[in-house]
Amino acid sequence: MPAKRIIPCLDVKEGRTVKGIHFEGLADVGDPVELGIRYADEGADELVYLDISASREGRNTFTSLVSRIAENINIPFTVGGGISSVEDAARLLEAGADKITVNSAAVADPELITRISSRYGRQFVVVAIDARLIDGRRMVTTHGGSRLTDRELFTWAKEVEERGAGEIMFTSMDHDGTRKGYPCSTFARLCDSLSIPVIASGGAGSAQDIAEVLSVGKADAALAASIFHYGEITINKLKRELVDKGIYVRI
Amino acid sequence: MIAVIDYKMGNIRSLGHALQRLGAEWRLTADTDEIAKASHVILPGVGNAAEAMANLDRLRLPATILKIRRPVLGICVGMQVMCRHTEEGDAHCMGIFDAKVRRFREIPERGIKVPNMGWSPLGNMESKLFNDIRSGEYVYFVHSYYAPTCPDTIATSRHPELFSAALKYENFFGCQFHPEKSGEVGERILENFLKI
Repeated sequence: MPAKRIIPCLDVKEGRTVKGIHFEGLADVGDPVELGIRYADEGADELVYLDISASREGRNTFTSLVSRIAENINIPFTVGGGISSVEDAARLLEAGADKITVNSAAVADPELITRISSRYGRQFVVVAIDARLIDGRRMVTTHGGSRLTDRELFTWAKEVEERGAGEIMFTSMDHDGTRKGYPCSTFARLCDSLSIPVIASGGAGSAQDIAEVLSVGKADAALAASIFHYGEITINKLKRELVDKGIYVRI
Repeated sequence: MIAVIDYKMGNIRSLGHALQRLGAEWRLTADTDEIAKASHVILPGVGNAAEAMANLDRLRLPATILKIRRPVLGICVGMQVMCRHTEEGDAHCMGIFDAKVRRFREIPERGIKVPNMGWSPLGNMESKLFNDIRSGEYVYFVHSYYAPTCPDTIATSRHPELFSAALKYENFFGCQFHPEKSGEVGERILENFLKI
């Protein structure tokens, strides 16, 4: 069984890495390729690049950035942000992405998961799910958490798996950006109900939070951004702390 | 010149970039003469193994590959189609390695997921392919089907049972993991192959 994965997430706008809590107050933290190489050297197991550009030009810049990432990075990387068709996915595959992540577009058109998966394989498709606790139920949201849908987390996750997703990346919008940890019992229930890997996203404030979601929460991987970008903890140091806590990671 | 066999099975871009970073000259080709003349041949592959075998058959490549006396490396599905048979689509394969490819079983209560996706350590290595690679070093796997261990096994990994991480028969090598995605360790393995 593979080691638990630590995945830094890089938000990219107009070709530059940015990170802001809830995408507000963006601060420039460098060149995406340089940052990716640094993370890979520090022991990152994979990288995720999310395009948060709104403009068409930003999108084109992102595609050429993906080519540059593929030339320079020797670990797997996932790209996402605004993918809404098989053609979008194909363009990023052609540029050299190992996986793509879809979110809002998959909720609007679940068949999209099936189409991309059957064309390029299950391993290529990561479905991101954002959910918010509403009256005791975790309801799926889209567009960065701003739009509530009538889908419930666990049934949607199961449908996504059946439609051909290779992995699920789950963010609790109630925890995202708070840096107070993950909802571990929700993660454990999600992981128990699926046979594909689950990536925990949104909420990490410390090594202890990550250790908990990988053990109690049973997640296969943890995605984090800000705790790495600002150098609060290096991936190396995080992984050593995880080993000390009995978590199986690649050192 | 390294020939990377072009049989329309997935993205070979990352393999190309890895070869480029090693300073190797390579060409994507399905041309019999070019493959026969190459110093090294790589059979990549992502996707469905039965479809991969059908594509090879359509391009009449199995006979060409079987005749090669220079080093050949199958990667992932490329390795699987060099085995005798695969459970995926119940397909007969090239029969270079004496193994029948089977599907992993999910064991949810033990956290065993399929596909096996991520970094796992190598063990029991016995080939020049693993020069300077220590037992326990990690490589990147993405697969739902595996070759059980057999006399051709030259490296193993677990999920949770032992399986063939790499195979060798005469000049033919196969690795289930992706050396082009396995960081520095993977690059050393590719480099070792190019030195054979």
